This record gives sequence, structure tokens and C-alpha cells, in this order.
Amino acid sequence: MTDYHFDTPAGPNPIDQQKIIGHPHDRIDGPRKVSGQAPYAQDYRDGISNIAYGFIVGAGIATGRIDRIDTREAEAAPGVLLVMTHLNAPKQGPHQHDLAPQLTGPEIHFYDEAVALVIADTFEQARDAAKLVRISYTPKKGRFDLAQERLNAVKPDEDEPDTSTGDFAQGFAAAPVQLDVTYTTPDQSHMMMEPHATIAKWEGDRLTLWTSNQMVHWAIRDVAGTLMIPEENVRVLSAFVGGGFGAKLWIQSDAVLAALGARAAGRPVKLALARPQIMNNATHRPATIQRIRIGTDPQGRILAIGHEVWSGNQPGRKIENAAQQTRLLYAGKDRMTSHRLAVMDLPVGNSMRAPGEAVGLLALEAAMDELAEKLNMDPVELRIINDVQFDPEKGPSRPFSTRKLVECLRHGAREFGWSKRNPKPGQVRDGNWLVGMGVGSAIRNNLSKNSGARVTLRPHGSVLIETQMTDIGTGSYTILAQTAAEMLGLPMDRVEVRLGDSRFPESAGSGGSWGANSSTAGVFAACEQLRQQIAQKAGFGGAELTFRGGQVHAQGRSVSLASLAGKNGIAADGTIVFGDLEKRYAQASFGAHFCEVGVDRYTGETRIRRLLSVAAAGRILNPKTARNQCLGGMTMGVGAALMEECVVDTRFGYFVNHDLAEYHVPVHADIPDLEVIFLEELDDKSSPMKAKGVGELGICGVGAAVANAIYNATGVRVRDYPLTMDKLLERLA
Amino acid sequence: MSNPSGTKPFTITRRDLVVSGAVTVAVGSGSAHAQTSEPKAKVSRASQPTMPVELIANGTPHRLTLDPRVTLLDAMREHLNLTGSKKGCDHGQCGACTMIVNGRRINSCLTLAVMHDGDKVTTIEGLGSPEDLHPMQAAFVKHDGFQCGFCTPGQICSSVAMLGEIRDGIPSHVTRDLMAVNYSDEEVRERMSGNICRCAAYPNIIAAIREVHEGNT
Repeated sequence: MTDYHFDTPAGPNPIDQQKIIGHPHDRIDGPRKVSGQAPYAQDYRDGISNIAYGFIVGAGIATGRIDRIDTREAEAAPGVLLVMTHLNAPKQGPHQHDLAPQLTGPEIHFYDEAVALVIADTFEQARDAAKLVRISYTPKKGRFDLAQERLNAVKPDEDEPDTSTGDFAQGFAAAPVQLDVTYTTPDQSHMMMEPHATIAKWEGDRLTLWTSNQMVHWAIRDVAGTLMIPEENVRVLSAFVGGGFGAKLWIQSDAVLAALGARAAGRPVKLALARPQIMNNATHRPATIQRIRIGTDPQGRILAIGHEVWSGNQPGRKIENAAQQTRLLYAGKDRMTSHRLAVMDLPVGNSMRAPGEAVGLLALEAAMDELAEKLNMDPVELRIINDVQFDPEKGPSRPFSTRKLVECLRHGAREFGWSKRNPKPGQVRDGNWLVGMGVGSAIRNNLSKNSGARVTLRPHGSVLIETQMTDIGTGSYTILAQTAAEMLGLPMDRVEVRLGDSRFPESAGSGGSWGANSSTAGVFAACEQLRQQIAQKAGFGGAELTFRGGQVHAQGRSVSLASLAGKNGIAADGTIVFGDLEKRYAQASFGAHFCEVGVDRYTGETRIRRLLSVAAAGRILNPKTARNQCLGGMTMGVGAALMEECVVDTRFGYFVNHDLAEYHVPVHADIPDLEVIFLEELDDKSSPMKAKGVGELGICGVGAAVANAIYNATGVRVRDYPLTMDKLLERLA
Repeated sequence: MSNPSGTKPFTITRRDLVVSGAVTVAVGSGSAHAQTSEPKAKVSRASQPTMPVELIANGTPHRLTLDPRVTLLDAMREHLNLTGSKKGCDHGQCGACTMIVNGRRINSCLTLAVMHDGDKVTTIEGLGSPEDLHPMQAAFVKHDGFQCGFCTPGQICSSVAMLGEIRDGIPSHVTRDLMAVNYSDEEVRERMSGNICRCAAYPNIIAAIREVHEGNT
């Protein structure tokens, strides 16, 4: 494995040709997906015989202990092979980091935590027998209401919960114009279409998991750690993932219980969380309370900006870092951010699409709208005059690698017809519809992770890419093929991509929008290595190489790749290793969202009429798949603004609306044709690909644009997301 | 739910109802109303009743002996290895399991396999293969009408049957003139709203369906 160190800005390289990269190529995995031939975790059959089925019994209380658990009836039920509870479950790794031990004791930590596992010959038998496990509990009083627990919140033991620059208190107190507002965002659920699901099979002491996971090498680490077996004894396969949005960054109960059940039953076991179990048993995005204070001069220039966030989680778990974008987005001399964490007994909170910014911008970008009104300024102009080309906490010594926020705002305003917006709310009617427009800035921190790949030039001159990278709908298969095709001068149909197998080189995985840029850079690194090996074999020494049409050209000579590949082919491994450029430069993707809504004056129903996002995110590797990512983010942002909320029963401590009938996500009828525009940009500090993350940018700020449009339409400002009709109706004139 | 195929109904004894809660769902939802014959339930090795059923899956008849609790979805996936149809919720809330049964789209997770004796079931595999895509499948690829692909088999089966419903003049919630049902994006969005796409390729799905509709007219 050869490391390609990326610690100086990228110079010109073969990717810049953009013959294949940068073009809207159809997904190469598309024909398999549309014909039902792409295998997801539960679809595997080959090499898996005599399979048994698992079903999880979840805790019926949120906190307390199991007094008695009676499995006799379940064990006697037809087809049942075994029932596992804390009384007979094997010892596992501890409750720490991202390990996921199951059935560890009689204590209940959250509602629907697994308390028993039933394994039976058939799914129907396991499901029905699960209802026969009799459990009595002693419940304990729990902490379920963030508004109350906020008082007990403490400064968490994390990297950087607080930041401070200048003197915020003094700067804000002295500011001629002041805004002090508090927003709340609810718990939200990923609701990816494919449930958490695993098939586990043991051969001796070696375990194979066909599972649905975004991060294969983390899955290996955490499965091995939880089961207390060597990592090399675990193989994870996750070639197709039916959506993740952060839910599948870490292993969940399905993987661990399938493995434990399969070992105990001596047969392969298939186990999926039932849809109504997912919201409470697995993870969600935690609710927040956010106080934002902004002080400006009379012209709207920000003098002081402060963002305080409260969230709750299980003991030892993390904050929702919703103030992170406020550290970077706008200028201002005196600044502060803080995060406080309350220990609560709701299910485990964790990352969901754009953790931090997605809900942080729901507050910040609505506050900017309120501020614009207070200043009697256009909200686009307010954002533009507060642009800053360096990290405003660190100063000009840490410039942004690229930052086209102003260009996004101006371009979007022009395309959207922003000048037609009536700044006075509640003025525009279309029949019974109150019509309004809103804007929101988008920023998403650009993350990168070391990523490896193996690229093999095969006999006959085709190329195979193998990497642990996953494709969770993001288009990884296609952009990795485009990268290799560009680097090696081959047409797309000569490149095959295999993903999601832990036997392949370790990759960045899919999460935090780091996947596309990091994993294509990994393939770039492997292709650089392969190009050198090819050159050597062709006897070109250190000459300038051109790869074109299945041939390599140098020194006036051409050699076909097929002839060089020989009988055995040529394989090259490479890994992109990121240096400190992301410390020296602030790196983020930027955008601007423009939304027009109609609000029914009699019912308070909101409809999205138009939605435009303009994005600048470095090189767009494939405009077709990137646009689709933006559509998805925008739509999830519309959901956050209008409907998505895990409703907490504060008496019993669980999310009540735990399925797709009760937790509303946008459907076809909610979403009109959306528009996405990418501004041209290359970021030579991000990677040799000069690309940045785009999968989460779409959700960042869009919900606030919707909320601001609702305010413009109605004159009603709701600071408690989601903006459901009941909250509007009581205040509509 | 009606039983448009006119296939053999079956009956359930009180004892069977006690044995299997899942079966009560089937009775409540319909097709066991006309009780004409004795139950075909047998006691299996595991002392659970099974029933014979014949399913015409993508044109091929299959005789199965199934636990009556097995849904049509699980019969296809777990017994016939047709895994293209997906189980997103198992509760009729997401549409990922949509199949075309005797020409009509249904949530296959909400119906028991034994209710479909003799029925013609078309799954995503029956529409086309990677080498020979159905026009709707090809349009989904061309317009990038999916991301993760998990809802896609259901979206496509639903789309194909839905265009037939518009052609047949079946109105929807948004149809203004019930006597003149016409294709529009609004009609399609309404009629496809039972198929959730959390990745939200919605505008691309609408574009794919529009292209197939225009190619057919």
C-alpha cells in the first residue's frame, strides 16, 4: 500500500482534463438497482444455507430494571430455536465508545432497548414468539424533557464545546442594534428506507456479516470489540446500503444480535429491526434549544455574535454541535459559542445528515432574517455585507480555501427573482394562499479522511477498482469509475467497481460529506501508483505520460494497456493521506437557498411553490449524482421545517410516532420540481480531486429559508420547529 | 381490499384465530368473507398449520405450501428468492414492497400470500433485467430517479401500474373533473405519494414517469 501524502495544494493533474470527471454520467449501478438485482443486506442467498430468523424484543419501559423475564412460553412456541436474554447472553465488550453490547444486564437504559432475542426457523415464528416473552419491570423515574433538563446541563468533556473571541458580553451590550432570540428544534429520525439489517454466519471462529453499514472499517472494529474476537476474524460486506444519513455510521443491535444468535443457534441468522423499533432502539438526531444573540451597527455590520446550544443524550454520549457554523459563517469581532449537555434517558442521540449545521442553521439563518427585518434591510444584503473570507475566530492567518457564499447569494437572487419579494410580510395573495419568499445561507464544514483503493489493470485492458468504500445512494460506484477512467484514459464501460467488502483496502467510508472527495482521491492515489507501474513495464522511465484510448503514450511511442497487463494483470494499491491543509485553511462548501411558499390562510397548510439552491462545493465530480444529493438534502430540510419531529412522551420517555405513518417525511405530493445550480469552483486545498462535500450541503440552511418564506407570507414568526399548521393557525389573522 | 381475481377463498376456525394473531388481520381486511369451503390448514412438523397456494410469479407458476402468516412480500423474497421487492416498513407505510397483482399495484407486505391463490404477480424482476430494461426502468436510470435504490423497485412497479390507472380514467384526490382524468405532474405526484423516497429523488422520478408517458402517447 503506497501512501500519497496530500500536504501541499494540488497542482495540475490528469483529473483536470475533465473528459469523464465532471460529466453527468448515468450511475453504473443503475441498471442493477432499477431491476432489483442490486443485493442489500437481507437479499444475499449464495453460501448461506439453513438460515434462521431473529426478532428482537424491546424494553417496554425507558428506565428501570427487569425483575423477571419468563421465556418458557416463547421457547415452547413452534419453530423456536432459542431465546437469548441478559440471563444467558455471552459476555461482551463494555458500554463505551461505539461498541454495541446487547443484553448486558437487567438495567434498562432507554425504551425499546433489546431485552430478548428470539431465533426461529421462520420469520413468522420468531416474530410471534417474541410476543410470548413475559417481562415484569420496576420502572424508575427518568429524564425526558429537554426544557427541564437544560437546567442540569453541563459543559461536556469534548474537543471544543466553547469558543470565544474578543469580548462578546461587552460587544453585544454596546451594539446599537441587538437581537436576542431562542429557537427549538425537535428530535429527528433518519428514516432511511432500508431498516438496520444483518445476516450473520459463522464458520468456526470466523464471522461473516452481510449488513447495511456506511463505515466498513468502523464496523469491523466495533463488531470485533463487542464480541471480543480478533478483527481479522470478522468480514463485513455492505455493497449496497439502502440509505443511511448517519444512522448506519456505527453498528447497531441488529449486527451484534445476529452474530450472537447465529453462534448460539449454530446456523446463519437474518435479523432486521422492525420499522416501529428503529426510532427508539437505534439512533436519532437530538433536540436542541438554541439562543442566538447578534449585535450590529446601524448599517447591519455584525459587531457581536453569540450562539448557545443545549441538547441531551444518554450518559457518555455527545452533544449536537449546532453552533459550529456560527464560528465560521459571518464576520464580527466579539464572538462566543457554547454547547451544554444534559444527561437524559431518551434513546441514543447521534449523527444525522449534517450534524450540527442542519439544525444550527435552522436557528441562525432564521435569526438573520429577524435581524434583517429589525434593520429594515434586505436579508440577502445583510448576509453579503457580513461575508468574511477567513475564519473569523482565528483571523486572516486562517483563510478559507475557497468561499463563494456571496456569489451563491447574488446568483440565486437573480435567478429566483428575489427583487420581486415584498419585504413587508403578509402582503401577497394568490386566492386563499398567502405567498412569501425566504432565503438562507448554506455552509457545511469540509471533512476529509484517509482513503485507500486497489486498482487492477486486468488482462484485455479493463480495470477493476476495489475499496471498502460504500455507496449509500451518493453515487460512489459511478464517481470512482469516472476517476479511474479519467486517470487511465479508458471509457467508463472498461471500469468495474467493487465496494463495501472489508477484504478490500480501507477507505474513508460514507459520512459527514467526506466520502466523495476522500474516496475518489484514494482511487486517484492508487491510479498514480498504477500509472508508474505501467510506465516502468512499458520502459518509459520518468517520461511524461498520456493515457488515452486504452493506450499509454510517451516519447513518441504508444503501448496498449492490454498488452502490458499480460496474463496476470497489474495491481496497485494506494492511499490518500491528508496532511494539515484543513488546519491551515478553513474549508467548507457554501450555498444559498431561495424558497417561495404558499400558506393557506384558513388552514395554515404550507406548500412549497418554488425552491432553488445555488452551491459552490469545489469540483462537481458528477453533476447528475451531485444534483440528486442536493435534491435529497433540500427535501429533508423541507421536512425539518414543516413536519419532522419525534414526539416525546415525557411521562414514559419514548418517541411515540415511531413509524412512517406517524413520523412524517416529505412525499411526492409535497415536493415540486426543485432547482439546483452549481457554481464553478476548484479547491486545490481539499484534495487532488479539488472537490468538496456536497451530500449534506443541501440540507444546511434550507429549512430556515422555508421558515423565512412562511414569515414573509404570513407575518407569523414561529421559533419552534417544525412549523406545523397548528402553530401558524392560532396566529393567522 | 377486494379479491379481484375471483380465486378460491378460505375460511378460518375460531381455534386458528387463537393460534395466529396475524390471520385475524387477513379476515379483517377482507377476502375471507365468502366462506365456501373448509380450511385447507394442515399441521406441519412444527405443529403449525400450512396452506397450499399457487402464485404465478412473473409468468411462472409456483406451488408453495406456506404458513398462512407469510405475506405476499415474504413469499416472494424468502420462498421464491425474488428479492427485488423490498421490505422497508412491513406496515404498508412506505411502498417499497409494491408489486403488480392481476394488473393492480398493491403493498405486498399488507396482504397474505395465501390470499393470492392463482394470482398473477409481477415484481420488479418481471418488468426487465439489467440487460433488457423495461422503458420505465431505463427512464429511471436516465433521469437518476433514485439514489440508494431501496425504494426503487416499488417506485417503478407503482409507476407502471399508476400510468395504467390514469389511462383507465380512475380519478384521484386531485382530479378536478372526475369524468376527464388526464395525465399531469400533479396527478402523478398525488398518485405516487404512497411510495416514499427518503433520498428524495422525487423530481427525477417525476421526470422519468413523464418521459415514459410521453413515449406512450
